[in-house]
Amino acid sequence: MSPAVWTRLDGAARSLSPMALTVLLIMVGMVPLRVPNLAPVMPALGLIAVYFWLVYHPESMPAWAVFLIGLVQDLLGGGALGVGVFVLLVVYAALAGQRRFFARGSFFFTWLTFLPTAAGAFFLTWMFNSLIADTALDPRPAAFQYLTTVAFYPCVAWVFVQAQRAFLK
Amino acid sequence: MKNPSGSVSRLTTPIKAWVQRFAFLFLVAGAFALMLLGKADTLLVERIRTAVGDAAAPILEFIARPIDSISVAVEGIGKLADLRARNVFLERENERLRHWQAVARRLEAENTALRSLTDMAPDPRLRFVTARVVGDQGGAFARSVLINAGTRDGVAKGQAAITSEGLAGRVVEVGVRSARVLLVTDINSRIPVLVGEGRDRAILAGDNTNQPRLRYLAPGTEIRPGDHVVTSGHGAIFPPGLPIGVVTQASETTMRVQPFVDWAHMEFLRLADYELPGTLLPAQGAAARRSGRRETGQ
Repeated sequence: MSPAVWTRLDGAARSLSPMALTVLLIMVGMVPLRVPNLAPVMPALGLIAVYFWLVYHPESMPAWAVFLIGLVQDLLGGGALGVGVFVLLVVYAALAGQRRFFARGSFFFTWLTFLPTAAGAFFLTWMFNSLIADTALDPRPAAFQYLTTVAFYPCVAWVFVQAQRAFLK
Repeated sequence: MKNPSGSVSRLTTPIKAWVQRFAFLFLVAGAFALMLLGKADTLLVERIRTAVGDAAAPILEFIARPIDSISVAVEGIGKLADLRARNVFLERENERLRHWQAVARRLEAENTALRSLTDMAPDPRLRFVTARVVGDQGGAFARSVLINAGTRDGVAKGQAAITSEGLAGRVVEVGVRSARVLLVTDINSRIPVLVGEGRDRAILAGDNTNQPRLRYLAPGTEIRPGDHVVTSGHGAIFPPGLPIGVVTQASETTMRVQPFVDWAHMEFLRLADYELPGTLLPAQGAAARRSGRRETGQ
């Protein structure tokens, strides 16, 4: 094969890697960790991943990739289908075109911006799950999951920064 | 005509943006379509779910095994410390259980004798398929787990999933090599049960908390904290008499049940294949018998 084909394949693999990494992370997050009462408050890794890539590498996270990540998360997690997809798309819409806003921001600044973003995302998740279940669901699990997600953000971000250095330079 | 590409891009940029926005709206519409599909509970959604589960199960299993070994090792170290106390406790419990075993044997013999006296129809035989839990973090709004056994192992929709402690849930979706078990705590779980010594009928309804509620009790039934809750066998899907949990709260408005299952250590699930004579297709039974993974129980 000619080098051009290899270069193109390499480029395709590189641009795919954020999405593949996110899907892999969601799968790892699915694995039973045998920690008591962890399942309901497991950090929403898909949300963290989509936020991170939209802030630092928006071109690697197009809308269709966000859609697919949400779909995988909904299908594997066993929750209401479509809710995760919709919430991630809303996050996408909120962050698309905000690149200049984040360009100068420090890590702490992006983490701080993640707080309201995730709060909105969890509120929407709670709202749509309640609509689908036809009752007002207990919002406390979502609140706890919000806290663990926000607290877990730096760990996931660190992993992605390493990945970014390895693949995307 | 100095810079033709510039004028073209000036023209295409709005179109491009418009197409992108349109694509985004299309995806959002897709998300809503998925919600409607999921709410309508169609066969298609189930097929897609099982297909994704089938694809992910081997990967999840691959990751889950070392984690299991690590957690077992960590627990082992923790247990090493109170080995002596544990030994004493277990010896005492063993003694107690021996006594209960004797009682159970006597009751079983008596039960058989009485059944033959009254010509009661025999209970269908129970067979078990054992599967590993490979995925369990459903988030805040679902209580279900993914297991690594499917139709090829004889798993079928509706089977009861139990641990050594009691009932954990029910199989709701089956793929070829994976299946999803809806736990008794999930908001969509409804299980016909019998409560207490009065064997009052009720429905155990999950609400995503750790303690599902008892509902649809006949008026005037008296339920006390500490009453045991077992499956009733109504609906002919579950074997009757599987232990589920104990009543912890019994007020006028809410009655809650603490399940026996230790959710944090649910490594394997046994799926009870409860064959009511004549209700299953013979071919299905034959396929199930061929499978190597099953054990035969009572």
